[in-house]
Parts: sequence; structure tokens; C-alpha cells
Amino acid sequence: MVRADFDKNLGELEAELMGLGEMVEKAIIKSMDALERRDLAVAYEVVAEDDLIDEKRFELEEKCIDLIATQQPLAIDLRTLLAVLHIAVELERMGDYAEGIGKICLIIGDDEPVEMPKQLSQMAEMGIAMLRRSLKSLMDRDTDLANDVWDSDDEVDALYDGVCRQIFLDMGQQPKTIEAATHFLWVAHDLERIADRATNIAERVIFVVTGRIGRYQPPQESK
Amino acid sequence: MQDQDFILQTRGLNVYYDTKRVITDVNLDVARNRITAIIGPSGCGKSTLLRCFNRMNDLIPTARVEGQVLFDGLDLYGHDVDPTEIRYLIGMVFQRPNPFPKSIFDNVAFGPRINGFHGDINELVERSIRRAALWDEVKDRLKASALSLSGGQQQRLCIARALAVEPRVILMDEPCSALDPIATLAIEELMRELSEDYSIIIVTHNMQQAARVSHYTAFLMVEETRAGFMVEFGESRQIFTNPEDERTEAYITGRFG
Repeated sequence: MVRADFDKNLGELEAELMGLGEMVEKAIIKSMDALERRDLAVAYEVVAEDDLIDEKRFELEEKCIDLIATQQPLAIDLRTLLAVLHIAVELERMGDYAEGIGKICLIIGDDEPVEMPKQLSQMAEMGIAMLRRSLKSLMDRDTDLANDVWDSDDEVDALYDGVCRQIFLDMGQQPKTIEAATHFLWVAHDLERIADRATNIAERVIFVVTGRIGRYQPPQESK
Repeated sequence: MQDQDFILQTRGLNVYYDTKRVITDVNLDVARNRITAIIGPSGCGKSTLLRCFNRMNDLIPTARVEGQVLFDGLDLYGHDVDPTEIRYLIGMVFQRPNPFPKSIFDNVAFGPRINGFHGDINELVERSIRRAALWDEVKDRLKASALSLSGGQQQRLCIARALAVEPRVILMDEPCSALDPIATLAIEELMRELSEDYSIIIVTHNMQQAARVSHYTAFLMVEETRAGFMVEFGESRQIFTNPEDERTEAYITGRFG
């Protein structure tokens, strides 16, 4: 097998991308945990640790650029490197949403507890599952699994609509909670965006495997 | 490639050297005024295939061609076809620049003269050298020996020499393999310009060059039981970003064998 060194580099790059994925997943879990338990120390950590995610993303980007410049990749190699570049950015943005939730947590503080809408945890769980599946679909080059990620996005969108309606309702009934409720709206928005970004990753997986670029189109059911 | 205008087409093309088959059942469509690259590992028959397009294989006594090579619908291997005439219409540029040991001017004038050209030879030579993007570099020393030029200039002179007999197709057999990177880019640039008026087929070992310069790419391979067969043909952008055949992918990503 020729190009063993290049293959090793590509393998390491993908492993590092998975590492970035784990960092982001942890950030999302921690931010929701901080919000639920009003743990400001954990929230601080999430905000601080986002710098590490940003650094890792730039590191990955640089490695991709080096490999493109020095190895002149074509075909599957080119598609893989372009996908890693793209996915690293998606993950970094997901990290920003987790940081955003951490900051909201710090703003709400711990003095006047208002209960967090339950659907938010559910949205976070689904978003994390989508993130995991999207990255697994990349590692396994599994387009079926990538397609599953889109299906889940519809459910997250439905949850988002539901939680927004609930929050608006609560605002009307308990004007005192309006400020906290507004913050929860932001959390819901962040979680919805996390799920969207997971679908973007899945889109890149389709690109790696098939070379098709652009928005995902569900396979036509034959009638 | 549907509804497209093809200048050259091979149909069931097989080439033998003695009893050894070196090209196997190639059906290739060459688009008019486009650059078609032929790539593949050493010994896959790229150059042999290229040489079928202007009957250069006739010069090898043991070579035998089966099937058809159609030039605007005309079978190049038909009985009444004069191979010499074909080689004017379908010119060739070789791996190493091979100017005649004559002046720059005479190199370009040579073909038209023996062809019985009666027009303004000065004008034809200037036009051909200009077309080959060499005029500014040689206009003050047309009487100088062609061998005094650099490798890249010599190769452009060979292109000018091919253009002087007003071909329709230019075949290029690794035209840059003896040139430095800058001279290589100059030839590639020239090829893109020429492709507005000429159809070009290039054989190259340099995949990046095929990716840079060609509109279409054909990938040929050789196996123990089969020689010189075409694995895949398509638009170059597709071949180099998303080839359909895994053998093409293995070759262009450098993971062959």
C-alpha cells in the first residue's frame, strides 16, 4: 500500500475530529447540567472550556490545510479533508451554543429558582444523540445513519415549537417569571441550533460517501 | 456527454503487437474543441491509444489495429486513407521537444513547404508562432537555430510547427515531462487557449496536470489477463473529485496496487 504516511495522517485527523466531537458533547451535557442544578461553578467551567474547543478547531483546520497543500489530495481524500474542515467548524459552533447556555445559566444565577421546562432536557438529549450519530456515520461512512440524523431533526423542531408555546403560556400566566422564561427561550433556540448543526455534519457525510453536495433530499419512496 | 459534438471516436478498438494485445475494446469519444486527457499506469497503453489517432502505430511493423477510429465519421483505417495526410490534420507533439536542427523559421515553415504551400509563408510562420505563444521571445532571432531555445521554448516551437499545417486535432504525448514547472504551466496555459480552436488529446503521467488542464479524462488500466482497457471516462472534475470506479479512485489517490 503506497501513501501509508498520508493514510496515517488522515486517520489521525479523523480521530482528532472525534476528540473535538467528544469535547463538544461534554460541553453540552455540562451546560444543561449546570442549568438544571443552577450550578454556577460548572457553568463557569463550560464558558472557560469553550476556548479549548476553539483552539482544537483551528488546530484541525491547520492540519487540513497542510495536508491539502502538501499531499494534493484527490477524490475520496479530497472529499474527506474538505468534510473534516467543514465539520470542525460545525462542531466549534455547537460548542458556542453550549457556551451560550453556560452564560445564560450565569445570568439567571441561583438566587431565584424558576423551574426549567422539562422539554429542554429532552431536546438536549436528542441533540447529543444526533451529534453522536452524525459522527459515527462519518467514521463508518454510513449514509443510512446520516439520513437518520435528519429524521431526528424534525422531532427536535417539534419539541422546540412545543417548548416555545409552553414558555409563552407561562409568561402570560406568571409575569414575574418573564425574565427567566426569556432566557429559557434562548436555551431552546441554542438546542434547536445544535440539532441543525448535527444535520449539517450528516450532510457532509453524504458528500464524503457519494460526492453529492447541497441540501439533503430524502430518498423518494417508490409507489 | 449526450448530444455532444465528437471529432474522434474509437469503436471496438484493439491493438496488437505481434500476438500480444495491448489495447482492449476501447470505445472512446473525443469532444471537439476540448482537451481530453488519457491517464493510467505505465504500460497501460496510453501512448499506443494516442498513436492510433494519427496512425503512428503504422510505423511499427508488428503493430496491428482492429476496430474503428472515426475522424468526423471517417474511418481513419479505411483503405483509401493516406496516413500522411491524416498526420497533418491530426498533429502530434512528443515527450521531448524534437525541433529539426534548422532555424526557428525553417522549423515552422518545413511542413507547409513540403506540403506545397503557395501562400505567404512569412505570415503563416508568424501566425503559427504567435498562436503557440512564442512570438515575443523569438521574433528578433527567427534565423537562429531552434536548438538554441530553452526546452519550454522548443516545445512551444514544436506546437507552432504542428499548427503551421493547420491541423484539427493535436495529440500530445507527455508534452511537459521534460520541462520545468514554469515551462509546464506555460504549455498548459497554451493548451487551454488552443482548445478554443483545436481538439486536444493529452497523455500524461501527471494527474494534477490532467486535473488542471483537461475537460474530460479517460482512465486506462492493465491487468495480467487484459491490457489497455478503459476503466472510466468522464468530465475531469467528476473523475478527480468523485470517480465512479474504485480502481480509478485507487489510481488517482495514489493507492494503486
